[in-house]
Amino acid sequence: MTLTAAPPEAGATHGRRAPRRRWRHAGTVAVFLLPSLVPLTLYTLVPMVASLWTSLHEWDLITEMRWVGLGNYVELIGDPGTRAAFGHTLYFIAGYLPLVYLGGLGLALLLNRAMAGRSLLRGIYFLPVITSWVVVALMWKWLLNPASGIVNWALGLVGVSGPGWWTDPAWAMPSVILASAWKDLGFVMIILLAGLQAIPKEYQEAAMVDGASAVRRFRHITLPLLSPSSFFVVVISLINGFQMFDQVKIMTGGGPGGATQVVVSQIYDLTFRYGRAGAASALSWLLFALVLLVTIVQIRGQKRWVTYG
Amino acid sequence: MGRALRYLAVGLGAVVMLFPFAWALITSITPSDAVLAVPPDFTPEGASLDAYGKLLETLPFWRIVANSAWIGAASTLLQLVTSAMAAYAFARLPFPGRGALFAVYLATLMMPLPVLVVPLFIEMRMFNLVDTYFALLAPTIASAFGVFLLRQAIRQVPREFDEAAVLDGAGHFRIFLYVVLPLIRPALATFAIFGFMASWNSYLWPLIIIKSPEFMTLPLGLATLHGQFTTEWDVVMAGSVISVVPILVLYVFAQKHVIASVAQSGLK
Repeated sequence: MTLTAAPPEAGATHGRRAPRRRWRHAGTVAVFLLPSLVPLTLYTLVPMVASLWTSLHEWDLITEMRWVGLGNYVELIGDPGTRAAFGHTLYFIAGYLPLVYLGGLGLALLLNRAMAGRSLLRGIYFLPVITSWVVVALMWKWLLNPASGIVNWALGLVGVSGPGWWTDPAWAMPSVILASAWKDLGFVMIILLAGLQAIPKEYQEAAMVDGASAVRRFRHITLPLLSPSSFFVVVISLINGFQMFDQVKIMTGGGPGGATQVVVSQIYDLTFRYGRAGAASALSWLLFALVLLVTIVQIRGQKRWVTYG
Repeated sequence: MGRALRYLAVGLGAVVMLFPFAWALITSITPSDAVLAVPPDFTPEGASLDAYGKLLETLPFWRIVANSAWIGAASTLLQLVTSAMAAYAFARLPFPGRGALFAVYLATLMMPLPVLVVPLFIEMRMFNLVDTYFALLAPTIASAFGVFLLRQAIRQVPREFDEAAVLDGAGHFRIFLYVVLPLIRPALATFAIFGFMASWNSYLWPLIIIKSPEFMTLPLGLATLHGQFTTEWDVVMAGSVISVVPILVLYVFAQKHVIASVAQSGLK
């Protein structure tokens, strides 16, 4: 036990001491670990390495691979299609994140007080979260149908001529954003509601005694103490936002005219439509690098606005 | 804000959340020739189940529902077993390189699915596993997220319990089965919920690896249906309704636990 870096109490578990026999448990360790390590190696680690290797080649999935070094990466960085895909992804995030965060915060604040039917309401708001993306995308595609959809019919009742939604390049991304925010609103609400309920009541009461207004209490007590939950929502939403695919694939297929082609749909098309597995792999690593960078920046930057206390 | 206003706001919100589901149901029982009518008909005259019939003629839909159910259950169960065992090893069994190996697990946690799907597809093709149940299940057998989550839970189990069991002559397998597992049941339930939801809703991987209707899961089946009936929304909505109902029934029973699990995930 003395040779390992394991915590001292780990040895105490077994009562006996067997110095220098580091592999004493080898058999037991193998039995506990291999059921997860073997599939993890086969279906995650090997594909990871294979993906890196593929990204350095030109490959149509059929004929021989051809080594191109960093060629795919160089090409992608200069490629207008790639830039457009990243642009569309950022457009999605810029619309989706404020909508889902502010909506979720509003709902959480409303539901953070005793009220009749609160748990039923919570259950209803959470319903879209457990519904699959494909179902949500199909339901919204039908609701937002330009000619026969009920949303445009309702807009017509109040004298507004509804847009072409997912058939119109200018409205396609807003349609996707709307459906996405609707689906994830309940998730954000639940996270923020849990955060709100973890704030000790004494803080609010003390501030009230001092005569602080509701707005000031919100700005100086609620928001700062809610910041860890907000941080979690932002990190998760960004990670998911960068990788979004299902809703676009179903609602618009990346169209019309490529207006909603996001990074993952570009990866999919590069592989299965254009037979460019190498470029697709390179693009997936660029996406990974970007997500990693954004996440690291957020974790570094959290000191500025996240209060743990 | 006034009480009435508060109720009005959350009530309106609830209508917005529920309406798309209700509309899907209404559309699914509207006669085909009335579906595209403007203005829409809220009380469809002579509601019909034709759309459901058409759906079942086009795709082996019951089989697809069953596929989703058993694949979801199997993938959840496999992940629970493999992750709990690995978590026990990382939390309780000292071995050389433990920290480094755990770091490898954590690293895979950050791998986005898009990075993995292309090489995974190629790997499956190499072993002639494209279009099989095995290919659907394979990437979900192990879960780094599960190992991480359950390791945290096991570390919170006081070691005195293990030691008492050791004094009674128990080995690691018995400690794992009879001491640790019962004590981490809440974490196991949380992980099971996340695992089942992920499998039930998964679309990208089935889309890539499955071609035949008899191996499809619900999201892929629905997407395929939409591809064939682009304008027949009654049929597409019938499929959506059928695929929502099972998870809805489960949700009604497990609602408290599902919401508590999600709420906890943000409180770290």
